[in-house]
Amino acid sequence: MQTKKIDYTQINGWGVDADPENDPTYPMQHREDAPPRDIFYDRPTQQPVDVEVLHSNERPDVTAVFGTTLPPSGLSGAIRRFAFKYSENEYKHWLPLIFADRVDVVEGVLKDLAHGHVPNIFAEKGYPMEWKYNRTAFVTKMATIAAITVGTVLLLNSGKDKKKAKYARGYRGK
Amino acid sequence: MLAMEYRGPKRVRAVQKPMPEIKHPEDAIVRVTRSCICGSDLHLYNGNVPDTRVGSTFGHEFVGEVVEIGSDVTNIKVGDNVIVPFNVACGRCYFCKQGMFGNCHQSNSMATAVGAIFGYSHTAGGFDGGQAEYARVPYANVGPTVIPPGMDLDDAVLLTDVVPTGYQAAEMAGIQKGDTVLVFGAGPVGIMAARCAWLFGAGRVIVLDKEDYRLEFVRNYAPCEAYNFEEIGDPVLFIKKITDWLGADCVIDAVGAEAAGNALQTITGRKTLLQAGSATALHWAINAVKKGGVVSIVGVYGPTDNLVPIGNAMNKGLTIRGNQTSVKRLLPRLIDHVQSGRLNPKAIITHRLPMEEVADGYRLFSAKLDNCIKPILLPPTVTR
Repeated sequence: MQTKKIDYTQINGWGVDADPENDPTYPMQHREDAPPRDIFYDRPTQQPVDVEVLHSNERPDVTAVFGTTLPPSGLSGAIRRFAFKYSENEYKHWLPLIFADRVDVVEGVLKDLAHGHVPNIFAEKGYPMEWKYNRTAFVTKMATIAAITVGTVLLLNSGKDKKKAKYARGYRGK
Repeated sequence: MLAMEYRGPKRVRAVQKPMPEIKHPEDAIVRVTRSCICGSDLHLYNGNVPDTRVGSTFGHEFVGEVVEIGSDVTNIKVGDNVIVPFNVACGRCYFCKQGMFGNCHQSNSMATAVGAIFGYSHTAGGFDGGQAEYARVPYANVGPTVIPPGMDLDDAVLLTDVVPTGYQAAEMAGIQKGDTVLVFGAGPVGIMAARCAWLFGAGRVIVLDKEDYRLEFVRNYAPCEAYNFEEIGDPVLFIKKITDWLGADCVIDAVGAEAAGNALQTITGRKTLLQAGSATALHWAINAVKKGGVVSIVGVYGPTDNLVPIGNAMNKGLTIRGNQTSVKRLLPRLIDHVQSGRLNPKAIITHRLPMEEVADGYRLFSAKLDNCIKPILLPPTVTR
């Protein structure tokens, strides 16, 4: 493959931010401009803690501000509370959180149904865009999924029929 | 108000939600005039970020008009049009004082390994984002920056994340004049990183991706050499061959967890979540950089583990840097670059969708349909 280098002298702004002092071992500011590294500071006013806020056990308290919109609830919330007993260093923190997210999805569907709303999965997944711009691949994918689903159901049902027949033979004393 | 709502992996919708309220004396409420779907939103969309709760509103790239302020807000006023950096930062903690606004210690209760980010899961603070008509903006004296008169809102909204992140990627790479810079990923951030590499004096900029339309775009926009990694065989070997068998001086990972190109990484990182995302780009970056070189990571990975050749990093004497971008620190310089014409952010916007069609926008962007590079969402209160 041919490679062609760019003539950078024609590029608007070339080198305007070049800085030989930008030493990659020192992050994002010049040493001589660095303020004293004082760990003490005036903590911002505390936002009233009027909802349940889970906080990492790698810090002593809730931060001065926090998001309030979705406090933990239901089974997923119970799993999240369990997860927050462990530090961010532990799989016991992260894996339950991922599991809780999946439980939350099921709870979300149930809540929708309880409110009389049947989720429009086709629209929520943005499939109209696939239909518009990627129709052949989309139809192929859907057909494949449908075929696998139907095949799996038939396979499982045939297994049940065999079990039933075997049970019936046994019952007849065969 | 109308807002995007997450319902589960690859499922989002536009719904009516309650208006946000002032919860803290330093809060502001912003009426959103532009918001974007970001490549890192796709990690949430795909269900790969732990503690992404059903009902969340995503969106960490937005600009808008201030409509309400808390009692302690003095730096902005009602009626101001502001750029809202994607980080929530207090401006006074140990980290903010060092200019590390992406690592604020007083905004994210749920994790210490990441600062707070608007609309980016409870792992990143649990704040609703700006893919909505209105958003609550904490620490309004620190983050929001008034949009200079005459600046196009399309340029302004890309200064919330894409431009600063591309710029910081180049900055963290420690580029010296004449350096060869390799960028993995020709998404919006990779495109901007390639463009910004020239500002730091790069002598050669190379971009690898697998989408031809994106490669064509970056080839003209940055401008740079751009190659499809599916057509060059082993990408690391290819880079060695075209760099006098030494490798690039600096390599930027602008891909992160959704990387393609390696079946093992894809299966363990994206399909089964045994890793915190597919680390293919990072793997290649470590192996493609010159001995003693710098790897700069702005691609997003999850909080657990990834398979990367860390032994090679040690044996090659590499410097590896990464961070969430300190948008606030970089804004003055970047506003100057945009106003002077050195950077033209809005050129990367390819799609504009009404917020009601947010599900279509996510699908369009994630599946790379219709040559999508950067989609923006327009709330119903904005003239479309």
